[in-house]
Amino acid sequence: MTDITPRGDEFGLAKASADSTPIPDQEPSGFFKQLLGFWVTFVTMFKKPNTVQYPEVKEPTAPRFHGRHQLNRHPDGLEKCIGCELCAWACPADAILVEGANNTADEQFSPGERYGRVYQINYARCIFCGLCIEACPTRALTMTNEYELADDERSKLIFEKEDLLAPLRQGMLMPPHPMYPDSTDTTYYRGEVPGSHPSQETTSHA
Amino acid sequence: MTPEALTEVEMITVVIDGFEVTVPKGTLVIRAAEKLGIQIPRFCDHPLLAPAGACRQCLVDIEINGRAFPKPQASCTIPVENGMIVKTQLTSPVAEKAQKGIMELLLINHPLDCPVCDKGGECPLQNQAMSTGRSESRYEGVKRTFDKPVAISSQVLLDRERCVLCARCTRFSDQIAGDAFITLNERGALQQVGIYEKDPFESYFSGNTVQICPVGALTGASYRFRSRPFDLVSAPSACEHCASGCSLRTDIRRGKTLRRLAGEDAAVNEEWNCDKGRWAFKYISSKERIATPLVRGEDGELHDASWPEALAAAAAGLKGKRAGVLVGGRATVEDAYGYSKFARVALRTNDIDFRARTNSDEERDFLATVVTGLTTTYADIDKADQVVLLGFEPEDESPIVFLRLFKQVRKRGLPITTVATIASRGTKKLKAKFIPVVLGGESAAIAAISDLTEKSVILVGERLGESHGALSAALALSHKFNAKLAWIPRRSGERGSLEAGAIGNLLPGGRPVTDAAARVDVAAAWGVSALPAEIGRSTSEILSAANRGELDALVIAGVDPLDISATALTDLLNTFVVSLEIAHSAVTAVADVVLPVAAVTEKSGTFFDWEGRPRSFDKAIEEAQSRSDVRILSMLADELGAPINLPSVAATAREISALGKWDGAKLSFTSVSGATSPAVSGDQAVLASWRLLLDLGTLQSNEPNLAGTARSAAAHISAGRAAALSVSDGDLVKISTERGSTVLPVVVDEMADAAVWIPRNSEGSQAIATLGNVGGVVVSVVKA
Repeated sequence: MTDITPRGDEFGLAKASADSTPIPDQEPSGFFKQLLGFWVTFVTMFKKPNTVQYPEVKEPTAPRFHGRHQLNRHPDGLEKCIGCELCAWACPADAILVEGANNTADEQFSPGERYGRVYQINYARCIFCGLCIEACPTRALTMTNEYELADDERSKLIFEKEDLLAPLRQGMLMPPHPMYPDSTDTTYYRGEVPGSHPSQETTSHA
Repeated sequence: MTPEALTEVEMITVVIDGFEVTVPKGTLVIRAAEKLGIQIPRFCDHPLLAPAGACRQCLVDIEINGRAFPKPQASCTIPVENGMIVKTQLTSPVAEKAQKGIMELLLINHPLDCPVCDKGGECPLQNQAMSTGRSESRYEGVKRTFDKPVAISSQVLLDRERCVLCARCTRFSDQIAGDAFITLNERGALQQVGIYEKDPFESYFSGNTVQICPVGALTGASYRFRSRPFDLVSAPSACEHCASGCSLRTDIRRGKTLRRLAGEDAAVNEEWNCDKGRWAFKYISSKERIATPLVRGEDGELHDASWPEALAAAAAGLKGKRAGVLVGGRATVEDAYGYSKFARVALRTNDIDFRARTNSDEERDFLATVVTGLTTTYADIDKADQVVLLGFEPEDESPIVFLRLFKQVRKRGLPITTVATIASRGTKKLKAKFIPVVLGGESAAIAAISDLTEKSVILVGERLGESHGALSAALALSHKFNAKLAWIPRRSGERGSLEAGAIGNLLPGGRPVTDAAARVDVAAAWGVSALPAEIGRSTSEILSAANRGELDALVIAGVDPLDISATALTDLLNTFVVSLEIAHSAVTAVADVVLPVAAVTEKSGTFFDWEGRPRSFDKAIEEAQSRSDVRILSMLADELGAPINLPSVAATAREISALGKWDGAKLSFTSVSGATSPAVSGDQAVLASWRLLLDLGTLQSNEPNLAGTARSAAAHISAGRAAALSVSDGDLVKISTERGSTVLPVVVDEMADAAVWIPRNSEGSQAIATLGNVGGVVVSVVKA
C-alpha cells in the first residue's frame, strides 16, 4: 500500500478531525452555573425583536434580490422576447421552455422576424441563479423582487408567458400590432422608439 | 471506380504538421489532413461536391520539394503531391493569421442575429468563429443589409445577409440534382445567391441545400424558429416514402417530429435525400389520426371502443368467414410478415396482396419467380456501361436512383435509354435516349433494344406491369444479353412485403405456395397442420370477389381505394371490413372495426429498399403508445383462437430470420406475349400517367410548404397533336372518358403522338378518380 497523499487543508478539516476527541464531561457544578444558562435569554428580552409579522407585514427585499422573472416590453408594447431560447440554454436547472415562432404581417408580437410563442418557467425547478438574465440578448428577461411563489400544486408552479409578461404601461398597446412606423428591429434595440404611434393602434383594431 | 482501377492508383506521401500520411493520388490536402485528425476550418469544401475554393477559410502553408508557395493556399483545392510539406494553423503562424483574417472578413458583413437564426447552435460559422476567429470585432462600419428573408420557394427561405458565398447550394443544385435554379448573382460585396425570376426553385432536392448550408442563409420554412439543437433528440431512421431506401435522421422535440435530415450511407443515399423524405412527416401529427379503436354501432356510426371490445367485434366478424387481406405497399417487413401469417393461419386463406395499385397476374408471377432472386444494387449502376429504364421515371418514382444515375451521367457520360411515353424532365436531365411508346407498345420496343452487354443494368419500374407482356419482354432482354435486372417499386414496403409473402402465390422467404415441400416447411415452423394450397386472389380479384359476395370479410391496412380503381370503395360496401389505419381515410369510412396502428416514427421495423437491402429503424418517439400492426394482428389472432404468436416486432424479426429464405426449387416464369397499343384516331389519345414525387399522396398531407413546390398539373401532348388541336402552351384542353373529364393547361412536349400524359394524382389531375382508369384507356382530347 502506498501512502495516501493528504489533500490540501484550506478549511482546516484535518485539524478539526484531529481535535474531535470526546468532549470532556462538563457536569454542572452548582446553582450559579444553571442561572448562567438563562443569561442569554434574559438579555434578549431587552433587545429589539428580529421577527417580521409576515404575511401581515412585508418588508422590501434587497434591490437586486432574485425573484420571479418578468418578460419586458418595448415602449410601444411589443414584446422584447424573440424566442431565441438562449435563456433555456443557459438554465442549469432546465426550468425554462421556449418555443419560437414567426411574426407575420398580420400578427406581430415582437420587432423583427421571431417571437416567443411559448414561454414557460417552472418554479419548482428554478434555482434563481440569474444565468438566464445574463444570457438574454434583448433584455427581455429580468427578475423582479417578487418572492411569494409557493403553491400547493406542482402544475401551478409552471408560469406561462402571460403570467410572466410585464403589464402594459402608459402608452403601450397590447400586441399583436405592427411595428412603429419606419422602424426596424434595430431601431427598437437602440431604444429609439418613444412609445406607441396612433397608426399602430388603428391597424391593430381594424 | 472499378476494383481494377482502385489497385492501380498511385499512392503519395506528404508531411502535414510534421506527420507523414500516405493517400491516393488526387486526394485534396484538406482530406489528407482529416486522415491525420487535423481539422482545417472550412465552409465551401464538401466531400461530394467539386472543389471551389470559394470561401478561402482553409488556407495553409505549403512547400513542395523545398520550394514554398509565396502565399498561403486553399487546402480544399490543392491535391497532394510528392515531396509536399504542409503546415496548417497548428504549426504555421502564417496560416493561422491568414485564417483569422479570412474569418474576420467573412464576419464583416455577417449580421449578429444568431439569436433569431435557425442555425444557431449547430452552425459551422459560429463554431469556427469561436475556434479561429478573434474574440472581438474591429469593424466599426455599417454592415451590408438585404431584405430578409426571401422565400426562394415555399419551403426554402434565403437570408442573403448571412451568406458567406461558399457556393455549396449552387454547386449542389448544379452538380448533384441537375436543377440549376439557384445561382450566384452580382459581383463584389453585393454578390448574392438568387433564383431565376422565371424559374422558381422547384427542385425535388432543394432541402439538401438547407442541410449543407454552413451558415443560416438557407433555412426551411417548416422548421423555422421551431427549436434549438439542444432541444432535439435525434433518432436514426429509414425513409418510409419510397423504395430508394434513404437513411434519415429524425429530430424529436417533446414527442413531436420537428424535422428530418438526410442520413449518411455511402452505399445508398450518400448524404442526400429528396424533399418528400425530408418534409413530408406532418401526416403523423395530423388531426385525422385515430387514437382509440372504433366499432361501428347499430346506428351506423363509428364509436370509440376499448381494445378488448374492438378485437372481439373484429373477431366476431372474421371468424369462420371467407376473408381476404389487403396489405398496402407501406408495411414494414415485420408487419407484412404478420399479415402473411395472419392470412394463412388465422383466416386460412392465400387471398392476400400487397399491391394497392393497378396489378396483373403476369406481374405477380414476375415478382414471385424473378424479383425475389434479384441482387442488383446501387453499385451496379455505378459500374454499368448502359442503363435502360423501362416503365420507370426515376426522378418522380425513386429520386435517389435518379441522383445516382445523374452522378454517373455527369461523371462519365453513362448512356441511358428510356422506354416511355414522354421525355420527362428527368429524362432530359439524364440526356437519355428516348424511345417513345404508347401503352401496350412496350414489349415490342423492349424486344428491339439490341446493344446491351452483361455490364448493362435494366431498371424496371412498377408501371411496366401495366403493359401486358412488357415484364416478359424485360426479362427476355436481360436473359438475351445477360444484363443485370432490377425491379423498382414506388412504395417502401413492396419489396419487403414480397419477401414476407404478403402475396397470393408466395409464402415468407420466397417459398412458392404451390410447392408442397415449401408449405410443409412453413407449416412446421408455424406449428399448424397444413396451409392453404391454391394460389390466392390478387388485389383486384379480392375486391371484385367482395363485390360479388364471394368474400364476406376483408382486413385492410394502409390502402387508398383510389390507388386501385375508381370502383374499389364501392366494392367494399357489402363486406365486413376491419381496417388497420393510422388516420381516418376512405376505408375507415366504410369499415366496421377500425384498429389504430403506429406510424413509422412510433414503431421499430425494417423496410427493404429496391435492392432488397434491409433498412432497419428503431422507435423514434420513445413515449409513443400506439402499437405496430403485427402486435395488433397477434392479439386479433388470439381472439380468433388461431394464435400467430408474434407479440412484438423483435420477436417477428427473430422468427423471419429463423425461417430463412427458400432454397428449394423455384417456379419458372411463364412468358406472356406482348399486347399492342390501342388504335386511336382523331381526338382520341391513349392516356399515360404516373405519380409525381410531390402530389396529393396521403403521406404528404398537412404540409402546405411542401405542396407549394409540387409541379403544377398539365396535360402534355406532342407537337403534332398540338398543331392538330391548334393549341399552344398554356391553352386549356379537356380530357374525357365516359366516366368523367378533367380540364388542364397544355404543355407541348417531346412524346409519342398517339398519347396524352397527365399526372396521376396531382391537384386538378386525379386520373383514377375522374377518368376511371389509367391502364391504356383511350380518352378524347379536345380544346376546352
